[in-house]
Amino acid sequence: MTKIFETPLYPYVKSPDQTAKTPVRHRVVVIGAGPVGLAAAIDLAQSGVEVLVLDDNTKVSFGSRAICFSKRTLEISDRLGIGPALVEKGVQWNLGKVFFKDRKVYDFNLLAENGHRNPAFINLQQYHFEHELVKRVRSLEADGAPIEIRGGNRVSAVSDAGSHVAITIQTEDGPYDLTADWLIACDGAGSPTRSMLGLDFVGRVFEDNFLIADVVMDADFPTERWFWFDPPFNRDQSALLHKQPDGVWRIDLQLGWNIDKDAEKQPERVIPRLKAMLGDEVNFELEWVSIYTFQCRRMEKFRHGRVLFAGDSAHQVSPFGARGANSGLQDTDNLVWKLKLVIDGLAPDSLLDSYDLERIYGAEENILNSTRSTDFITPKSDQSRIFRDAVLDLSEHHAFARPLVNSGRLSRPCVYYGSSLNSADALDGPAQSQPGAPCPDVQLGDGFLLDQFRGGFVILAINADAPDELTDSGVTARTIRLRTKDDPTGALAARYLGKTPAAVYLIRPDQHVAMRRDGYDEGLFRAALRRATAKD
Amino acid sequence: MPLNTAPNLTNADDAYAALLAAHEGLTKAESDALNARLILLMMNHIGDMEVLEQALKLASDPAA
Repeated sequence: MTKIFETPLYPYVKSPDQTAKTPVRHRVVVIGAGPVGLAAAIDLAQSGVEVLVLDDNTKVSFGSRAICFSKRTLEISDRLGIGPALVEKGVQWNLGKVFFKDRKVYDFNLLAENGHRNPAFINLQQYHFEHELVKRVRSLEADGAPIEIRGGNRVSAVSDAGSHVAITIQTEDGPYDLTADWLIACDGAGSPTRSMLGLDFVGRVFEDNFLIADVVMDADFPTERWFWFDPPFNRDQSALLHKQPDGVWRIDLQLGWNIDKDAEKQPERVIPRLKAMLGDEVNFELEWVSIYTFQCRRMEKFRHGRVLFAGDSAHQVSPFGARGANSGLQDTDNLVWKLKLVIDGLAPDSLLDSYDLERIYGAEENILNSTRSTDFITPKSDQSRIFRDAVLDLSEHHAFARPLVNSGRLSRPCVYYGSSLNSADALDGPAQSQPGAPCPDVQLGDGFLLDQFRGGFVILAINADAPDELTDSGVTARTIRLRTKDDPTGALAARYLGKTPAAVYLIRPDQHVAMRRDGYDEGLFRAALRRATAKD
Repeated sequence: MPLNTAPNLTNADDAYAALLAAHEGLTKAESDALNARLILLMMNHIGDMEVLEQALKLASDPAA
């Protein structure tokens, strides 16, 4: 059977643009049909913005790569129309075990909050995620949405001409030129767009290598995240075992710095390593093997005029914590509604600068967390190894040491504390729904709260009155009224009211809170809506 | 809460002797590991980040 990552899903097809007399102008061009680029394109097309995706390849990614998708990513995916398919296909897990040397030191439970549509995490090969996105693009196309993917289209030149972006593309039929109002570069860690524009990329390169293997096996390991520090089968290094769909297991083995990468990738080197880990009696087959060297770094700015960088092209983190693809999805979630308002002339261009500020803040948080995980997993000095081992020894017997064990701090959505789009917090409410935070989900009867926050700004009035909608300078927020007496679970009150009897929230199109107070006031909500669209 | 740098041990000589006794007969590596565990246990007992920061500062530079 041909696997999905071996099938050309968007083969090269000659476009009329290639024989046009003058370069054809597109509204938005996205470079890169990975998870971030496709999510951006779907989000734009769903809002009616014309978008063209260019990719030098024709297939989804080979190998599992980003395997761990967070609740926030699934919530964003719900809005993009693919969330339920991802959850159905993915492997859900809540338990993790930590091993040190030859013994288990403790286990943990993610203890996800109840009443959310989506689980805390699912494991899913990146190619399945991309495949669902491609299927969604195809169904949008069939419905007449303004979206197109061109495979076999390699961008070889990009320049910002001020009024537009000029793009040169190489194909098997030769080169052609396009122009675009806006360009979103989602072309990955090695971003050619970044190089073509001569932009910086500074940060820390870690002197380490990881062998990443997708192994197909019938084994009765439980659906848990197993992490080893200094195991007998990989002395002085670490290892990770995690289950994926289709009987595929993901194994990450730390190799250290001075290694021969090509030699380490050969089956005759890989198989004995895996046998040492899994035991001689386990039969397995290698689906994909890669050697990974990671970096923690970011671009100084994610916005360069009409060119916007999102995902790995803008920032990279170590793999511990699942903060790569998950943060990339948060990038596009943050960017697309802003770009739509700017394109429609309903917000000033400066709204896009808030993309830069908010997502740089997010990237810094991810870099900090993943750098700390890396420093724990790979101690950089004798002293740091002594403390690391002391933490692990203590963690076996004493609960206090367990929060110090850092095998990756798993991705949580970013709270945009202090963003210029927030209005001051005017409610003595729960911290989890303060201005800047992503709205927590709540089960409401057969449905979920977040399902109601789609397609623009929302005024959420809980035990309070508010008009059906509020429009300021062409931007409309529609009102959703809820009563806590209709929610027997009590989660709505716990997550949005705390000890206060009523609240009214202004919620951004990306489901982050812009403002909240104890009641509706037209002047104050109008001001908050203007502030959230960079007008004041 | 400020770091207490005034004498606080009920019996300083006993406490010091207990510290040395814990290291008696250990190799350098074993002693390093013991010290690390001891620091982590005491750090958690203190809990207060402000006190820890003052202690780290004074440990780095006793004259600070």
